[in-house]
Amino acid sequence: MRIDLRIIDQWIKPDSRILDLGCGDGTLLRYLADNKNVRGYGLEISPEGIQACVAKGVNVIEQNLDEGLKNFDDNSFDTVIMSQTLQTMRYPKTMLGEMARIGKECIVTIPNFGHWRARLQLLFRGRMPVSDLLPYEWYDTPNIHFCTFRDFEILCTEMHLVVVDKAVVAERSRGKGLSHLNPNLFGETGIFRVRK
Amino acid sequence: MANAFPANSVGLVTPEVFHFDTPLTLANGRQLSGYELVVETYGTLNTAKTNAVLVCHALSGHHHAAGYHTLDDRKPGWWDHYIGPGKPIDTDRFFVVSLNNLGGCHGSTGPQSINPETGEPWGGDFPTLRVRDWVATQYRLMERLGISQWAAVVGGSLGGMQAMRWSLEHPNCLRHCVVIASAMKLSAQNIAFNETARQAIFSDPDFVDGHYLKKGSQPMRGLSVARMIGHITYLSDDGMGKKFGRELRSGSFEQGSEEPVEFQIETYLRYQGNSFSKTFDANTYVLMTRALDYFDLAREYNHDPVSAFHHAGCKFLVISFTSDWRFSPERSREIVNALTRAEKDVVYAEIESPYGHDAFLVPNQPRYEALFRSYMQGITI
Repeated sequence: MRIDLRIIDQWIKPDSRILDLGCGDGTLLRYLADNKNVRGYGLEISPEGIQACVAKGVNVIEQNLDEGLKNFDDNSFDTVIMSQTLQTMRYPKTMLGEMARIGKECIVTIPNFGHWRARLQLLFRGRMPVSDLLPYEWYDTPNIHFCTFRDFEILCTEMHLVVVDKAVVAERSRGKGLSHLNPNLFGETGIFRVRK
Repeated sequence: MANAFPANSVGLVTPEVFHFDTPLTLANGRQLSGYELVVETYGTLNTAKTNAVLVCHALSGHHHAAGYHTLDDRKPGWWDHYIGPGKPIDTDRFFVVSLNNLGGCHGSTGPQSINPETGEPWGGDFPTLRVRDWVATQYRLMERLGISQWAAVVGGSLGGMQAMRWSLEHPNCLRHCVVIASAMKLSAQNIAFNETARQAIFSDPDFVDGHYLKKGSQPMRGLSVARMIGHITYLSDDGMGKKFGRELRSGSFEQGSEEPVEFQIETYLRYQGNSFSKTFDANTYVLMTRALDYFDLAREYNHDPVSAFHHAGCKFLVISFTSDWRFSPERSREIVNALTRAEKDVVYAEIESPYGHDAFLVPNQPRYEALFRSYMQGITI
């Protein structure tokens, strides 16, 4: 399992009710159901993802997250998870607010646009960063709202959300040993545990 | 030729008649002293009796869901593309039960049957039925077959309503509920279409207040128009446009030409209406459309679908089709929202399709087939 999913797993309480926004092929939900007796739903829009979820026996609901989450009630889930999806949302701030409304706790995973390689590409090549971590050209990327770790935490503060825990993943590039010193420069993926 | 049937067909099937003598009190208070149901089964019931699937039919459906009745049959049952060896409802795994509902016109007791009290056909006097009456008779059929729990109850449209009613009325008697292109209740527009179809039937002088059999007549024109109205609403504007466009069957618009013009769509609809009116009973059409109109999943649960679904014990698969405007995806999302609020297990998919409401019957839709198959494969038997 992906390292970010392993960290999320540590933060999920057994027998809890979770909502996984953009659940992909359902790997996390399947794992949590098998190992922590977690119940809940994954929301997904891609037919391939939904098909993979069904094959795994995961509760998946086809829903376009950009159209909102009005069909879920306040505090109706213990944890609302959004893994590597916030940066693809049309209105990330609204989405974060909705997650905080629905969940008693939220877990958000984001790629770090402030990573040193991204900074170098912009600084020296004068071009939008393209790497194995962010493998899209600016014109065809699904990632339309990039932020750095610091940006994300500033947004949380603005929205009166508390980051109660965070973890940084840096496994694919040089400088991973330094990510604990300066996560905003060396971290690739940030995982934030947020509460109201 | 038996060997001419496709390899993934259930092949030759023979309907069976089940007679029920215990009186049945209907939702409207009237009582039937006894009734018959025509049933087909496909596949084999396992010794533990855990692999039975009930297929509930829609408005114009019947027991003949898969396979062929004779060696010369050109067309198989109405859901043959989805029931058979290796098909989504896989008869190598499941024992499939399909019946003609009470009030039908394909052999089960209905308006064409003889009323034992008068010795004449029931006709318009046949009791109006509600979806729960069908579930009650299907429950008795289940007991007769020695089955105590369905692996799944499956239905499209009106069939989906029966499947949902099963989940509330007999929560311990099904493990999965598959609801395709359905709704918890019809909208005003939807009831309006049904009423227009019924009025077409009533306005045919041959209808004689539903007692046409006694008079030796058939309200074929009325039933034909009713079916034409229905048929339009089962297709999508886009799908109809692609299939027929403004193509002409005959005539032309040439200057100076007086030849009468007929559009392809006119010919097609008339053909559909005509052939339907020869094989279907007008009273059954009225009865079935009324059952559709009357259905309201949450009526007995304080009009709260969440409280209703709290009673369910099974898992749900809900499927809708993008171009279905008669039972739109929004109706299916209402089902799903009630299910998630009731904390029930549910899978929901909105299938991109140009075929309108009829999509649930149409073959060669890879995503629909793969998803349906995958869900059914996940059912433990």
